[in-house]
Order: sequence, then C-alpha cells, then structure tokens
Amino acid sequence: MSRAKIAGEPGAKIPELRVTPDKYLTFRYAGASGDYNPIHIDDEFARAVGLPGRILHGLWTMAQVARAQADAAGGPEHLKRLSVQFRGMGMPEQEIVVSGTVREAGDGRVVIDTVAEQTGNQIIRNAEAEVEL
Amino acid sequence: MPVNTKAVGKRYEPVLYAVGREKLREYARAVGETNPVHLDVEAARAVGFADVVAPPMFAVVYSAPSVGPPIFDPEVELNFPLMVHGGQEFEWGPVVVAGDEIITATTVKDISERDGRGYYVFESISTNQDGAQVCRGTWTNIVRGV
Repeated sequence: MSRAKIAGEPGAKIPELRVTPDKYLTFRYAGASGDYNPIHIDDEFARAVGLPGRILHGLWTMAQVARAQADAAGGPEHLKRLSVQFRGMGMPEQEIVVSGTVREAGDGRVVIDTVAEQTGNQIIRNAEAEVEL
Repeated sequence: MPVNTKAVGKRYEPVLYAVGREKLREYARAVGETNPVHLDVEAARAVGFADVVAPPMFAVVYSAPSVGPPIFDPEVELNFPLMVHGGQEFEWGPVVVAGDEIITATTVKDISERDGRGYYVFESISTNQDGAQVCRGTWTNIVRGV
C-alpha cells in the first residue's frame, strides 16, 4: 500500500515542510557531510568575504527540499530526481518553508515544482522533483 | 577572457566509498530526517530494506571524493575562490543502504561562458557493488568575472 501524502494530479500541493536550523546546525552538517568551507562555520571569515555571517550549506537546504518530496511520496525510495538552483543564501536560526505543487502526472510518476523560502526570499528556486507514487 | 574548454570530456579515476551505518545515521540526524528507515536498522528491515537507508541527498557524501579533483584540476582552470555552487541535479536509482560499496566516476560535462560568467558542469555516475546505477549527479559551478 502506498503511503503517499499527495494526490497524483496537477495542482495538488505537497504537505509544507517547516524547519528552523538551530545556531549550531552548520557545524553538525559540516561534520556529517565533510564540507568544512569556512563560510559555513566561521562568522569572522564569512564577514571578511562580504557575507552577513555564517551561511547555511546549500546542499543542506536542498536536503530539506528532498525530504519534503520523499515524505510526500511515501519514502526515500520514491524520490527519483531532484534538480535545483541555488539563489541568495540561507541563514541559521530562521525558519525555512519548503512547498511544492504537482505540475504534471502520468505513468505513476509525478513532477513537482518546489521552492524553499526563508523570510520571504527563495533560497532554492526553479526546483523540480520527480517522484514515483 | 574566454573560458578554456579543452578539459571537456575529461574523465577522472573512479573513487570507492564504503557506506557505514553510523555515518548514515549521523547524516540523517544532521538533515533532520524523521523517517525511521534512516535511523533504525530494525525499522528499515521491517519494511524490506537490508539495512539503514541512505537519505537520497547522502549522494553528496559518497560522490564528493570523486567531484573534488576536477574542481582543483589545473587543466580545468576553475578559479575556485570566485566559484559559487549554482545548481545541482540528482537522479536516483535503487536506494543505498549501509554496507553498500559505491564507486563514483566524474567527467567534465561542459565548460561555457555567458555574460561574463563561466559555467563548469561536472557529471558524477555512482554505481553499487551489484553494478546498478544508484545516482547520477550534475554539478553546476559558476565563476564570476571570467
């Protein structure tokens, strides 16, 4: 039995995913992923290169988008493709909202237009997911 | 200055990554996974997986050792300090579980220039120990002011 939480028809919305990365998230993600770029873990360095402070890893934010699709489709094995563009930057301690709408459906596959927003900015845009229901 | 495209098509030595259960759990917690198939081996087995399941985006971990070398390859001439990760695509096959051995090979898919920006596109193909393609990654890196 499918555990999908979306209707496989154009216009259907996936359940919104809301997540607030805590103050130390970028350190844990750096360790978990192996990406120790100092713009993610060193406020002083980040400011020296013109950023407002440590920024989130884009691939962590993409993982939130992936999680929203996998949860909507009934599990990780249902997520077949995800393509994103990184824009702007995500910051710790501010809520991120992932939303998505089914654009097309057929043959048990569904294409979802999806975005991640933080304080009104799309930090992941033009994202497209393909899931198998 | 136009970008140098001579490295297009270049293929790098495949890299092996052995998927460990605790590494998967560490990654799953860092990205906030709540689905127990990513955290609990019994829960994963109860629904038919051989072991703890990798979150799809764990692909960045097993493919990273393969995607690093082209970024720093002098022949690619990518100006790393001015690079931003512009886009990413993954296409997944069968799920990856703890105990899998994943081999990833990366090629330079495209190098081009538009509006003073250089686009460096790498493709990684990851295959498991049974020869199944578990992931294809397309990594688009943008360099300002080439």
